[in-house]
Amino acid sequence: MTANDPAAHSDTQSDTNISLSVKNLSMQYDNSLALKNINVDIPAQKVTAFIGPSGCGKSTLLRCFNRMNDLITGAMIEGSIELEGENIYDPRVDVAELRRRVGMVFQRPNPFPKSVYENVAYGLKIQGEKSTAVLDQSVEWALRSAALWEEVRDRLHESALSLSGGQQQRLVIARAIAVKPSVLLLDEPASALDPISTLKIEELIHQLKDDYTIVIVTHNMQQAARVSDFTAFLNLGELVEYGDTDTIFRFPKEKSTEDYITGRYG
Amino acid sequence: MADLLNKTNRNRLDRNEVWIWLNAGALALSLCAVVFIVLLIMRNGLIHFWPTPIYAVEYTNAAGQTEKLIGERVDINTLSRIQYIESGGDASRLTDDAQVVERWLFNTGNRRTNPPDFRWVYAHDVTLIETPAELAKVERIEWGPAFGRIIELRFDNADGSKRIVNDVELNPLLQNTLARLNSNREAIASLEHGTINQINAELKTIRLQQRALNLDPPADAEARLQQLASQEAVLLQTYLEQEQILSGLLKNLEGSALLLEIQSNAARLIELADTLYVTYPNNMGGLEKVGTFLANIGRFLSDNPREANTEGGVFPAIFGTVLMVLLMSVVVTPIGVVTAIYLHEYASQTTLVRMLRIAVSNLAGVPSIVYGVFGLGFFVYFLGGNIDQLFYADALPAPTFGTPGLFWASLTLALLTVPVVIVSTEEGLARIPRSLREGSLALGATRAETLIQVVLPMATPAVLTGVILAVARAAGEVAPLMLVGVVKLAPALPIDGEFPFLHLDRKFMHLGFHIYDVGFQSPNVEAARPLVYATALLLISIIVGLNLAAITLRHRLEKRYRSYE
Repeated sequence: MTANDPAAHSDTQSDTNISLSVKNLSMQYDNSLALKNINVDIPAQKVTAFIGPSGCGKSTLLRCFNRMNDLITGAMIEGSIELEGENIYDPRVDVAELRRRVGMVFQRPNPFPKSVYENVAYGLKIQGEKSTAVLDQSVEWALRSAALWEEVRDRLHESALSLSGGQQQRLVIARAIAVKPSVLLLDEPASALDPISTLKIEELIHQLKDDYTIVIVTHNMQQAARVSDFTAFLNLGELVEYGDTDTIFRFPKEKSTEDYITGRYG
Repeated sequence: MADLLNKTNRNRLDRNEVWIWLNAGALALSLCAVVFIVLLIMRNGLIHFWPTPIYAVEYTNAAGQTEKLIGERVDINTLSRIQYIESGGDASRLTDDAQVVERWLFNTGNRRTNPPDFRWVYAHDVTLIETPAELAKVERIEWGPAFGRIIELRFDNADGSKRIVNDVELNPLLQNTLARLNSNREAIASLEHGTINQINAELKTIRLQQRALNLDPPADAEARLQQLASQEAVLLQTYLEQEQILSGLLKNLEGSALLLEIQSNAARLIELADTLYVTYPNNMGGLEKVGTFLANIGRFLSDNPREANTEGGVFPAIFGTVLMVLLMSVVVTPIGVVTAIYLHEYASQTTLVRMLRIAVSNLAGVPSIVYGVFGLGFFVYFLGGNIDQLFYADALPAPTFGTPGLFWASLTLALLTVPVVIVSTEEGLARIPRSLREGSLALGATRAETLIQVVLPMATPAVLTGVILAVARAAGEVAPLMLVGVVKLAPALPIDGEFPFLHLDRKFMHLGFHIYDVGFQSPNVEAARPLVYATALLLISIIVGLNLAAITLRHRLEKRYRSYE
């Protein structure tokens, strides 16, 4: 099992803290195994990319990190995932609090049909923040962090649905970081966007990695190579290879990794 | 390229064309039916308010004598020659080649002294028909309208003698007197429904307290009874004072009358105290007719019914219908929405839940009278009876809630319409994209928070669709209401100035039931017929109005969420 390759492990562990640690994770939907015995450590304040052909389980794995798979009936999980040392599948875990700490951005922009301001303030209001001053400040900070402030400062109270697709996706990122999570999960965040918007999102990911642990799922090789520090290649529900991005892309150890990266695969 | 001109393809296209025409034809047919019904109801309903000419007619009756009548022509129809002869008509009066016989229906009014008030006259029997300008229509409080020639006005003088006016002064004086009497009547009504009603309600409370003290005397019963007695005495004193004022006002109404010639040889004295207004339709210009038309519609909408509902307005029925529908919406919306949320969001989709869903849809198909029976048995007798035992024991055996009333009618209709709201809310919930729920959950919101903050606001257009359908159904429903609270004539409106202002236990009037009552239970079918159409038109307008309001609201909400649909 390459996934358990001690070399890969020591590589990631040597110079950074571990944010998320996946141990012997298997998952099945209605009798079909979606993830098979995954072991992976996600370093803090780095960008980790999951790549692999469609249906390989990369999105499923990502959705395990904030227990989004709980919503699917018939999903069964074995093994554990530790967020800063705590098992998030412990039955005593408060899932809402977990999801506040592990933010998520989806493939298609999904702003609420509310104003720009209300979208960003949503998470804070849910947590009971009522002070307008605090909310105003947090909204501005989150929008600035998501590089959207300059574009929307004059239309904070217009509907979020009036923004362009790229702006909507950055708004959704701002909405996610407004609640100050420690981990940010990005599920193919640029796949529905045009090249210019994609570029902006990638620049944003660069800026955000100083403060957040970022896990990104992408099927775009160049994007993975451009934005990530570490890359995991998954195939058929198994973690095939994991290591720092340069190594994976230049000297893949496994044949299937090489085939996929060079475009000879799915 | 040859395929494009292929003959088989050509045939397929032709068949396609036929299919389109078939669909369009079906649509056109339904549209025509709807338009026809609405136009029919509008014509027959509105014509009732338009001032029609009053004819003075001379004709030969069946016995061969000349008779005179004064009245409005309300209907014209034709009989075949055979029908005419079979119904006892005199064939010798017809020309030999006449195959159809025209007959006219006159409303001659004066139901009490000159019955019957509606008469058929054969057109060929009429020897003279004219519309003299001086003919008047006298609308009265009782016994319907009277038609005729006003001969004179009589006023009682203080010394017992009479002043008689029969010159040019007559009409202005008549209209002035009527205006004065009408404002006097309003003063009486406000006194009766205001102050005197208030006093009666307070007296009733005191009597109930006395009864409670007598039934179950506490230690200080004697002192409290005495206090109540003194309160009662004060109230009775005020009551007597108010009654003095009332009888003074009533006295003001008396002392004037008009003499009306109802046929060329018979005259009748009509007290102005019984007269509402006098018009001269034959003498009206176009503008005046429009004015009278609008005034008649206004009276129809704002007056109370008279004469077993065959005269006067339908205000209490409008009020009752709208209030009942609003109360029903207030009850049905939360119940329907909460049920739909449970079914769609929380219940696991087992066979039981699926069967439950089918059962809910089937409830919508249960005949409405069954709901009426259920409402009577469960709401009125069981719930109402128990409420009376618990909270209104003082008034027993007279029931308070243990009798049909507004509240039970609203609940019964809410039960009847709740499936509609559930089904359409569930559809609305299903349409909301998963990505939005996930977006909210991913921010640390719980399922309940997601529901309230994101899902429900987006489902409101669907909820409103359900409420619109429910309102349309409830406003038109009659059968169950007859069992649980609607009456022919309600003594008081369910909302008034008396605490607690909204009287859920009162019986009420309803436009749908009013149509049934006026159309089928009325002692005077001909007089009631135009009212049936007018009330039907009104009921349709109210339902359309309520729906338009809800649709406008829904449209505004939908605009906000459009990019997700």
